[in-house]
Amino acid sequence: MSDADTTLAQAPASGPSAESLRERIPYQAGLLGVVTLLATGLLVLADALTRGPIAERRAEDLAASLAQVIPASLHDNDLTADALTVTDAEGAPVVIYRAVRDRTVTGVAYQVRGNGYSGAIDVILGVDPAGRILGARVLAHAETPGLGDKIEAAKDDWILAFDGLSLGDPPAERWVVKKDGGDFDQFSGATITPRAVVGAIKGGLALFADHRDALIAPPVRNIDH
Amino acid sequence: MSDAAATDTPKPREGTPWARIARDGLWDNNVVLAQLLALCPLLAVTGTATNGLGMGLASTAVLVVSNSVVSLLRPVMSPQVRIPVYIVVIATLVTLVDLFLNAYVHQLHKVLGLFIALIVVNCAILGRAESFASKSPLPAAAFDGLLSGLGFTAVLVVLGGVREIIGSGTLFAGASQLLGPAFGFLEITLIPDYRGFLIAILPPGGFLALGFLLAGKRILDRRAAHRRAIAQARAAAPA
Repeated sequence: MSDADTTLAQAPASGPSAESLRERIPYQAGLLGVVTLLATGLLVLADALTRGPIAERRAEDLAASLAQVIPASLHDNDLTADALTVTDAEGAPVVIYRAVRDRTVTGVAYQVRGNGYSGAIDVILGVDPAGRILGARVLAHAETPGLGDKIEAAKDDWILAFDGLSLGDPPAERWVVKKDGGDFDQFSGATITPRAVVGAIKGGLALFADHRDALIAPPVRNIDH
Repeated sequence: MSDAAATDTPKPREGTPWARIARDGLWDNNVVLAQLLALCPLLAVTGTATNGLGMGLASTAVLVVSNSVVSLLRPVMSPQVRIPVYIVVIATLVTLVDLFLNAYVHQLHKVLGLFIALIVVNCAILGRAESFASKSPLPAAAFDGLLSGLGFTAVLVVLGGVREIIGSGTLFAGASQLLGPAFGFLEITLIPDYRGFLIAILPPGGFLALGFLLAGKRILDRRAAHRRAIAQARAAAPA
């Protein structure tokens, strides 16, 4: 493609005057400016067109991931409607989605994050008012295919073993993988990944314990209908 | 159009200009197989044939439109600012593709989202703008964009297919998410209970498979040249 640079200079010429105009800096700046302006206009338009659909897709994603850890029978509300924000141990905000049936909180769901072998592992965790796990699912990760990806429910039922567990069951010191003296299986060839997930879930349960009273208080609705 | 097709092959041109453009885009001057461009997105997304197809189609769309726009800008283009202008045009198009994929093909966007932005720095697109579209009328530029894009897509699909079959024993897994439920028939499990051959899916597998593809193209080209030489020799020396 090296021949390109040499031949482009002979690109279309509509006369000597046009040629000299194009050599001038103001023309070049103006050309670049106009192109950028048009591009900006186009992007503004596209953003306006797609903003609604993208927000809908995001909401669908959220609803789908919440539905994985909160059974539909547990709530009669829109899970995203009664959300609270609490601060975790490191001071980061965590959005807690609450399942409500007959004005009682029947469960909460929120996202926790662990540091895996190759980056963050996002886990969504559902917890009932007693602090027992309703379900845990990995939402996003970049672990090694075939080794670390057994944390996905689609690949292996390892993650289902967390159902029903709580901070006291098993006892806190056994909330680690077997290699570290705990109760949870690691995978052959991958210890860091399950270790990160177990740690993240344990941290999530601790978060629930810290904020339990605020989280399971019946949600107050301003408008009673 | 002139010498714009920038063939790296010493062969004399044959056929009409349109056939020439098609042949260059698909085979002789293929973005990957001949120019060895766009390897970063190529190796990154070809874990499955479906991902390759999605990335290829997105790149093709950008190529067609960017080639067309660059060709239309010829009358006002100034050589000194052409590269920034091309970059603005390409970046805008990629952002548009990103937005519309996110809004309307959300499943695919989840898989490719990270790599869509990389289309901006896909040198193949700037390369076609600079070496072909900037010197060609609109129809030829658009056609070149389409065929170069299809050539790129074909390599992505073949590479993704090879890696997917060897690595996971399936073909076109997840195609119904990309193309709609009607294309579910494409999803084939070739080897049931396959335990997977990890390296094919990992980055080294991408390099290995690409190496075999490149070698395969050269063998085919050499055989074709050999056959041509024999035919010419026969024609030159009547029996």
